[in-house]
Amino acid sequence: MSTPRREQLAARFREFLPFESVVDQPTSLAAYECDGLSAYREQPLLVLLPENIQQVQQVMRLCHEQRLPVVSRGAGTSLSGGALPHAEGVVLSLAKMNRILEVDRLARSAVVEPGVRNLAISEAVRSEGLYYAPDPSSQIACSIGGNVAENAGGVHCLKYGLTLHNILALKVVGADGEIFEIDQRSLQSDGYDLMPLLVGSEGMLGIVVEVTVKLLPIPRCARVVMGVFDSVEAAGDSVAAIIAEGIIPGGIEMMDNPAIRAAEDFVHAGYPVEAEAILICELDGTEEEVLSQIERVEAVLIKGGAVETRLARDEAERLLFWSGRKAAFPAVGRISPDYYCIDGTIPRKSLAAVLAGVRELSEEYGLPVANVFHAGDGNLHPLILYDANNEGELERTEELGSKILLLCIHHGGTITGEHGVGVEKLGEMCVQFSDAERNQFHALRECFDPLKILNPGKAIPTLARCAEFNAMHVHAGELPFPELERF
Amino acid sequence: MTDIIDVSIEDELRSQIRAVAASGAEIEIIGGGSKRFFGEPIEALPIDVSGHSGIVDYDPAELVITLRAGCSLRAVEDLLAQNRQMFGFEPPAFGAEATIGGMIATGLAGPRRAFAGGIRDFVLGVKLLDGRGEVLQFGGRVIKNVAGFDVSRTMVGAQGTLGVILEASIRVVPLHQTELTLVFEHADADTHIRWINQLGSEPYPISASLWHDGTSHLRLSGSEQGVHSAVDLLGGEMVDFDWAAVKEHRHDFFDASLPLSRVSLAPTTPDILSGQAQLIEWGGAQRWICSEDDVETLRARLADQHGSLCAFRGHADSVATFQPLPEAMLRLQRSIKSSFDPAGIFNPGRMYPGL
Repeated sequence: MSTPRREQLAARFREFLPFESVVDQPTSLAAYECDGLSAYREQPLLVLLPENIQQVQQVMRLCHEQRLPVVSRGAGTSLSGGALPHAEGVVLSLAKMNRILEVDRLARSAVVEPGVRNLAISEAVRSEGLYYAPDPSSQIACSIGGNVAENAGGVHCLKYGLTLHNILALKVVGADGEIFEIDQRSLQSDGYDLMPLLVGSEGMLGIVVEVTVKLLPIPRCARVVMGVFDSVEAAGDSVAAIIAEGIIPGGIEMMDNPAIRAAEDFVHAGYPVEAEAILICELDGTEEEVLSQIERVEAVLIKGGAVETRLARDEAERLLFWSGRKAAFPAVGRISPDYYCIDGTIPRKSLAAVLAGVRELSEEYGLPVANVFHAGDGNLHPLILYDANNEGELERTEELGSKILLLCIHHGGTITGEHGVGVEKLGEMCVQFSDAERNQFHALRECFDPLKILNPGKAIPTLARCAEFNAMHVHAGELPFPELERF
Repeated sequence: MTDIIDVSIEDELRSQIRAVAASGAEIEIIGGGSKRFFGEPIEALPIDVSGHSGIVDYDPAELVITLRAGCSLRAVEDLLAQNRQMFGFEPPAFGAEATIGGMIATGLAGPRRAFAGGIRDFVLGVKLLDGRGEVLQFGGRVIKNVAGFDVSRTMVGAQGTLGVILEASIRVVPLHQTELTLVFEHADADTHIRWINQLGSEPYPISASLWHDGTSHLRLSGSEQGVHSAVDLLGGEMVDFDWAAVKEHRHDFFDASLPLSRVSLAPTTPDILSGQAQLIEWGGAQRWICSEDDVETLRARLADQHGSLCAFRGHADSVATFQPLPEAMLRLQRSIKSSFDPAGIFNPGRMYPGL
């Protein structure tokens, strides 16, 4: 349905944007109704697709003048509803700003526009022997602007860091349309370090219009060893034992039996379907270094109770071992009409206790859960299997998900390791942070965006929202975990 | 081995801050006092926070340590070394009294910075007292955490102007199996800058670099095999070298009779300070100069290179310590300061007017 408000605004934006860069037809707007968290949908007034920084500034100036909510959007792969449109606002898509502007081989950096896909950066610099390290599972599709907004992770974070650790400079258009830059190529910042505030701010502090990424030399050698376990506890303990050896693997991932079965059915990676857990451990570096570490890791795995270890014989088999893990989400999608991905992080030592808790909750709710785990950094992804066509099942799934997150907080962890809060985890934010802490977040937001037009309603819950959440979850004056220690 | 004293004075500090906030006074937060020289002088009531000390949590297999801010840096580094671990950013102490809180507040890192990351990259969570005397916690004890704005890392280098750091969770890294230093002759700074950046394109286990007076030093750290295969490829001569002396400014270059400035530039920036005696670290990003030259003139030369100069130590009081910020950025930073410390009670003017 076209409204006078929509028509009038479209005309204003078309004063400086090409006609087709202003999407105002309901059929076309439908494509932007949701991101990767498709349970939440909303139609925006307009979708705007600026092609350069100047147009982004003009868009922001008009939105500022009109006090229009602005939801910035990259590839729309967010799993937390971070790019869910606002019914009274515009979606600012950075998809057309997708050029790699500069590659500096000597400085090992690249300047890219926000709409460039994560994997496209590594592809563009591969011939130089370089790559961009953070590799979220969605890296084929997700954009670097979205990665910055969410501080995206991936399977190599333990050794190579998160998005934050791999960004050298940002050019940002503020809520008022003015540009500010955070340039840390010199490894110093003058005044407060704004980079950690901007990275992971879920589009609430500014519109990232240019990103300077750090590039790393491709390791000479990478080998993968798989450990097969008949208990998840033994697998978890083995991760700690590898680290206690002083080895930081390039990646170390764990899958439980339901996840192994789903992945094996899908990609035929040769995973042992009877195993309770597998560990996939990648070691990278020079050939001599990797060979010696492989030996030490295999010894640790056997000592830790692995019933078997398998070394990928060649590059093809290494990629095959990874393919099952990287395809775990779609694999689960094949065996269940719907699945819901949870993103808590816990201290590794709590793994066994948390998995036991997840199992109990899964039984209580009658909903199966498969677990994949970035084991090196404690980031757990329980995948809840459900069928949205069954009356009330989505609601029960969300409730189960919420209980799993509260369990993570209870064990000294956090409600989101890499997917962001978005609209999805606003309630749990009320448990993880106190009123004073949430007020500080709101105050910081207002430093950057006094009119609160950037992605309103996301990431930081209001006091009213928390009062509502707590009323639902607090029984007889007690939170679900009365002895809860928040960190 | 120094023991780490285990005493919490959180309640006292909170009452103290509340009393100060109510009285309209201003305070200077003091830990060990080892880095008091760094930043603009503060004229305010000193409050000693070094008594808030102790290990809150340390399980080496988690690669995280949680400490009260008054812990002695030296004692913590001893403890980590006993567990074959360390801080990856190699912090300078500038005195035996240095504390963890001061380390975070000043944000100063050592030779490993360019190759392993800065303090900001390793801080996972912070507990602090804000200007209202409220205890706030941000981040946590896990490596991956994107709940809420990443306030804890913003405390690094904030010079105590946003609040009193009470506790911090910091990621630690395993000690390297082996470490050695190679020396190379490079007559001028530009040759060194090109060379060290070219090396960066290869996966060598470099953990520190330095150029001074025609000589480049390169430290390699890692597994036996990785380091030795790099030595075979790199050549150079193996030497003993005191990297701690560089970190702590005890190296001969650091002439205490002259003002010391730290010039920060994108690492590949050619030498724009030729004619000055320099010590170049961090793959070219950090260039020290001991010089009487006018700081503002030097700053003007750096401006179009996106560089900055910090008047690190021994300058006249009239010289601003930190590179001036653009007006709009200073306004933004002042509003951030006010959001934590509305009455401006903490370390007034330590970084910039109003900050």
